[in-house]
Amino acid sequence: MGEEDRVILHGMWASTYVKRVELALKIKGIPFEYVEEDLSNKSALLLKYNPVQKKVPVLVHNGKPICESLVILEYIDETWPSHGLQLLPKDPYERARVRFWAAYIQQLLESMAKLFNPDHKEAQEKALEEMYEKQRILEEGMREFFPEESPNVHPEKLGILDIMIVSTLGAFRAQEEVLGVKTLDPEKNPLLFSWVEALIQLPVVKEIIPPFEKLVSLLQFIKQNGIRF
Amino acid sequence: MAEEVKLFRTWSSGYALRIVWALKLKGIEYETIFEDLTNKSPSLLQYNPIHGKVPVLVHDGKPVCESLVILEYVDETWKHNPLLPQDPCEKSMARFWANFGDDKLMKSISQLFIAREKDQDVAAVEALENLKLVEEQLKGKKFFHGETIGYLDLAFGWFADFVSILEEIMSLKLVDGERFPHLSSWIQHFIDAPVIRDCWPPRDKMIIKFQVMREKYLAAATPK
Repeated sequence: MGEEDRVILHGMWASTYVKRVELALKIKGIPFEYVEEDLSNKSALLLKYNPVQKKVPVLVHNGKPICESLVILEYIDETWPSHGLQLLPKDPYERARVRFWAAYIQQLLESMAKLFNPDHKEAQEKALEEMYEKQRILEEGMREFFPEESPNVHPEKLGILDIMIVSTLGAFRAQEEVLGVKTLDPEKNPLLFSWVEALIQLPVVKEIIPPFEKLVSLLQFIKQNGIRF
Repeated sequence: MAEEVKLFRTWSSGYALRIVWALKLKGIEYETIFEDLTNKSPSLLQYNPIHGKVPVLVHDGKPVCESLVILEYVDETWKHNPLLPQDPCEKSMARFWANFGDDKLMKSISQLFIAREKDQDVAAVEALENLKLVEEQLKGKKFFHGETIGYLDLAFGWFADFVSILEEIMSLKLVDGERFPHLSSWIQHFIDAPVIRDCWPPRDKMIIKFQVMREKYLAAATPK
């Protein structure tokens, strides 16, 4: 790419969606500026760059905005193909599988978000069942991807699924602290659990994981006030 | 080497139609398997065990699910007559708007479609706002990507047909030529375009199907 490559990421420190993009940029070694947005008081710049959804993350590359985390991840992979490793495989069929499962992990995140709405007990239980079911399906699906018991997590080989898994499930301990239930059970989901544990040990992941106490406070606040992102 | 391409679809699915168009535009031979979603075939359940939905593309025995994922697969596998733009920025915009169509636009149109007559004006507000955004995207262009049909046209294709069906069933005008000149024009061009026009499901059957669907929703929503 040209010498005048300017990359800016508009984000919010606790957003799962933002973490995906942060991680992708760091994995690929792409220098970027970070702008923290106050989502209760969105900047004029954010609203200009993402007038349709008014959300983070927005990646601004040489003045051009890209929105939606999965769209941004693909953009990063296509724009800087020779930087570090490829986030998506080369083979079209393998790419389709990764895209399918990335979308499924996104659905899992949406189930998890429901747990933080201050609904009554019945709704909570239903949301929990839905989440466990999706995790079960994901666990089975990921077994197909990895012949061994646990995925071989190597900092040189991280891809979109690793990014989706760690951004969605990496903060499970903070979630469990707030909800008082297991959100990632090592007995029910040994593959997912060991995968997440291996990912959160990586230095590049440690750089982006939000501080535990700060995240717990935020999740408690969200749960009590029913904030939807 | 002879390739085997199969497409699992239903007669009415707009999502499946995307793939029919994509394959035809690229001149790819394929076998069609029509599914009855109230009685899914073992093959469908084998190829799409998680969602059990159509469309599913099976290429040399390997299944690909989710219509937008399938579109990208088709484009990457058969590279002639490309559907997606080459430039990463334009490609991202296409993906963004396809997601918008499937998520926000479709939800707002569905909300309108199941609204009672007295609630229609309110239900239409969000749909109209979303349509304004789509209108903007079409300014100065015949199709979403310019002069030729591409990925986004196929992604929004369901709307080109469904809007007139909704308008007839509900006796309202959603996309009028004055308010939405570019969208109206796109609809006309797309509906009649070569290849596209040969694939539309029978209109009378669609009217009946959606009329029944709307009546079911209204009946279920009636307070007892």
